[in-house]
Amino acid sequence: MNAAIVGIGATDFSKNSGRSELQLAAEAVSAALRDAGLTPSDVDGLVSFTMDTNAEIAVARELGIPELTFFSRVHYGGGAACATVQQAAMAVETGAAKVVVCYRAFNERSGHRFGQVQTAAAANIDNSWSYPMGLGTPAAMVAMFARRYMHEYGATSEDFGRIAVIDRKHAATNPHAWFHNRPITLDDHQASRWIAEPLRLLDCCQETDGGVALVVTSADRARDLPQKPAHVKAATQGSGPDQFTMTSYYRDDLTRLPEMGVVARGLWERSGIGPSDVDVAVLYDHFTPFVLVQLEELGFCGRGEAKDFVASGALELDGDLPLNPHGGQLGEAYLHGMNGIAEGVRQVRGTAVNQVADVEHVLVTAGTGVPTSGLVLGAS
Amino acid sequence: MTDKTAIEKEAARIAEQGESAPRLARDPVNLPMINNWLEVIGDRHPGYTEVAPPAMVQVWTMGGLHGQRAPDDPLGAMMKILDEAGFTSVVATNSDQTYHRYLRIGEHVSVTSSLEDVTGPKKTALGEGWFVTTRSTWYVGDEAVAEMRFRVLKFRPAEKQETKPEPQKAQAIRPSINRDTEYFWEGCRNQELRIQRCGGCGLLRHPPGPMCPECGATKPKYLVSDGRGVVYSYVVHHHPQVPGKQTPFVIALVELDEGVRMLGELDGEPSIGLPVEVVFTKVDDELTMPSWRPRADR
Ligand SMILES: [Zn+2]
Repeated sequence: MNAAIVGIGATDFSKNSGRSELQLAAEAVSAALRDAGLTPSDVDGLVSFTMDTNAEIAVARELGIPELTFFSRVHYGGGAACATVQQAAMAVETGAAKVVVCYRAFNERSGHRFGQVQTAAAANIDNSWSYPMGLGTPAAMVAMFARRYMHEYGATSEDFGRIAVIDRKHAATNPHAWFHNRPITLDDHQASRWIAEPLRLLDCCQETDGGVALVVTSADRARDLPQKPAHVKAATQGSGPDQFTMTSYYRDDLTRLPEMGVVARGLWERSGIGPSDVDVAVLYDHFTPFVLVQLEELGFCGRGEAKDFVASGALELDGDLPLNPHGGQLGEAYLHGMNGIAEGVRQVRGTAVNQVADVEHVLVTAGTGVPTSGLVLGAS
Repeated sequence: MTDKTAIEKEAARIAEQGESAPRLARDPVNLPMINNWLEVIGDRHPGYTEVAPPAMVQVWTMGGLHGQRAPDDPLGAMMKILDEAGFTSVVATNSDQTYHRYLRIGEHVSVTSSLEDVTGPKKTALGEGWFVTTRSTWYVGDEAVAEMRFRVLKFRPAEKQETKPEPQKAQAIRPSINRDTEYFWEGCRNQELRIQRCGGCGLLRHPPGPMCPECGATKPKYLVSDGRGVVYSYVVHHHPQVPGKQTPFVIALVELDEGVRMLGELDGEPSIGLPVEVVFTKVDDELTMPSWRPRADR
C-alpha cells in the first residue's frame, strides 16, 4: 500500500487519568501530530472504532482541525484497531484524505469498566443467548473457548501463563508500562485467583485510562517528514463463518479463530511475506489463550502446537519471534490494540525501549474472539 | 493498637486543639443574598429588610462552589481519619442551631468550629460507624451571635458479601426478544426447548435467524428438543459478580442430541462430555430460563 504511519502519540497510561476522555483523545492526537512534524490544519481525516465516546467532530473541534473530508468508525471494539490503519491507508490511497489520524482514548478503569458485566449489552439480540445465562464478561466468553482448547490439545493453565510471564518481563523494562519493574513468575501466575476458570487473574489484561493516536499519510509525503516512516505493507480485516462477537460457539471447531485465519491469508498475500519473515510480533493479548491460537492461525506453528512453540523460548526478545516487546496489554496498557501498533512503529524506527535488532517487518494483530484485523508494517 | 483506640486517640488530639481559627464570611450580610434565600426557601415574611433570617446563618460562611476546608477544620481532619479506617460513607444526622440575636445588614460574620464528640463504633442500619459531633460558633467581632451542633454518621457501608442473600432471580439479566426469537422464549414458558428448523430445507439452527443460510428460505419453524445433550465446554465464573447469580457458578455450552449447541447455567460438577438435560426455571410470567442439570441415567 502507498501509505505509512508517520507519527505516534500517547498520553500517560494510568488507572485514574483525572481528565475527560475527550481531553485524553485530544492530547494523544496532538502528540502524534507533533511527532509527525504536522499541525492540526494538515489533518483532513479521522478514524476511530466503536466503544470510544469521542466523536470525530469533537476531536476535530478540540484540535482546531478546520475541515474533514474523511471520517470513519470501525465496528467490533478492539478487533478494529488495525482496521483503523486500513481505513486511513485506503483514504490516503484513494485521495479521500491526505493526512488521517487514527485514535483511541478512554477512562476504561476509572470510568466505564470493560471487565464488568455490561448489563446494557444484553439489549443486543445476539447477546440474549449468553448474558441472561450468566455469561456476561469478556473473560468468561474467552474461558469457554480456552476450556475446549485445553481439552482438545492438552494445553494447561501453565501454557497460558507463559504468555503473561513474557509480557510482564518485557513490560518490566518499559518505563511507559503500567507494570514497569514488576515482572511475574509462572508461580505467581499459578497462584493468582480464578476469574473465570480456566482463566486466572494474570491471564487477563488490565483496564487502563489513556489515549493513543497514529498519523497516516502517503508514502510519498512520508519522505518529507521528520520520522522514519513505518510503511503499511498490508492491512486487512477478517470475519469468519457464523461469526459472533466473542461468542462464536456454534461453529464446528471451538479451538480456532477463523477470522484471524482470514486476516493471516490477507496479510501474507498482500505483503508478499510469510511468517518466517516477521521480525517482531505484536499480538493482541487481552486474554492469554488467544495468543496461542493466534500463533497457530497466523502460521507460526501447527494446530495445537502453540504450547510447545511458546515453551521453546521463541517469543523472548532474542528468540525467533519476539512477542510484544513493549509488554503488550497484559503489561504495558490496554488501549484496545492501539498501543501495540505504536510499538510496531517504534520497532520499525529502531526507537523502542526493548528494541529488536534489524527490524524489517512487524506483524500487529487486533482483538480476538471478535471480527478482527491485522497489519504488516515495514521499514521500506 | 486496635482501630477503636487509634480513632479515639486521634479524636482526642483533634478535640484538644479547640476552636479552629476564625474564618471570615466571603461577603457581609446583604439584602440580595437574603432575598435569594427567602425565594428558595419559600419564606414570604416581609420583615427581612434590615435583618437576616436567623436560619440563614450557615449561608454567610459557606465555602462557595470551589471552597476547600481550612487545614485546621476539625470535621475535615476527623473525616480523613475515619476514611482511612474504612468508614468511607457519610450521612448527616442532626443539626441543632441556637441564635443569640438577629444579624443586621452590613455585619461581617466569621465562624470557628471545634470537635465536640466522637463515639463508636456503633452498629447502624447503614453499617458500622462513628458519630462525629462538631460545634460551630458564629461571631461578629468578639460577640457570639449563633451556634450549631452538627452530627454526622461516618460509616462503613454494610458488606453485601457477609450475609450472601439468595440472589433475586428478578435481578437477572433479561434477554431481548424480537419476532425472530419469540418462539424460543414462548417455548420456555411452556417447558419446551425449541430449536429453529428451516421450513424449506429442514436445517436446525441455534441461535436462530430469519433467513436460512443454507437455502435462503424465510419460513422458520421449530422442533421441540428432547432437551438432552452433553457438555461441549464450560466456564466456572468467579469474578466479577453477575446480576442474579451467586458466584461461583457454572455456565455450560451443551451440544444437544439434535446437533446444535446452546448455553445455560449448569447445576452440578462440570466436565466435558457430561450428559445433561434441560431444566426450566420460571423467573416471572414473561420469562422462564432454560438451564442444565446432570442426567440421572448417565
Ligand atoms: Zn433452509
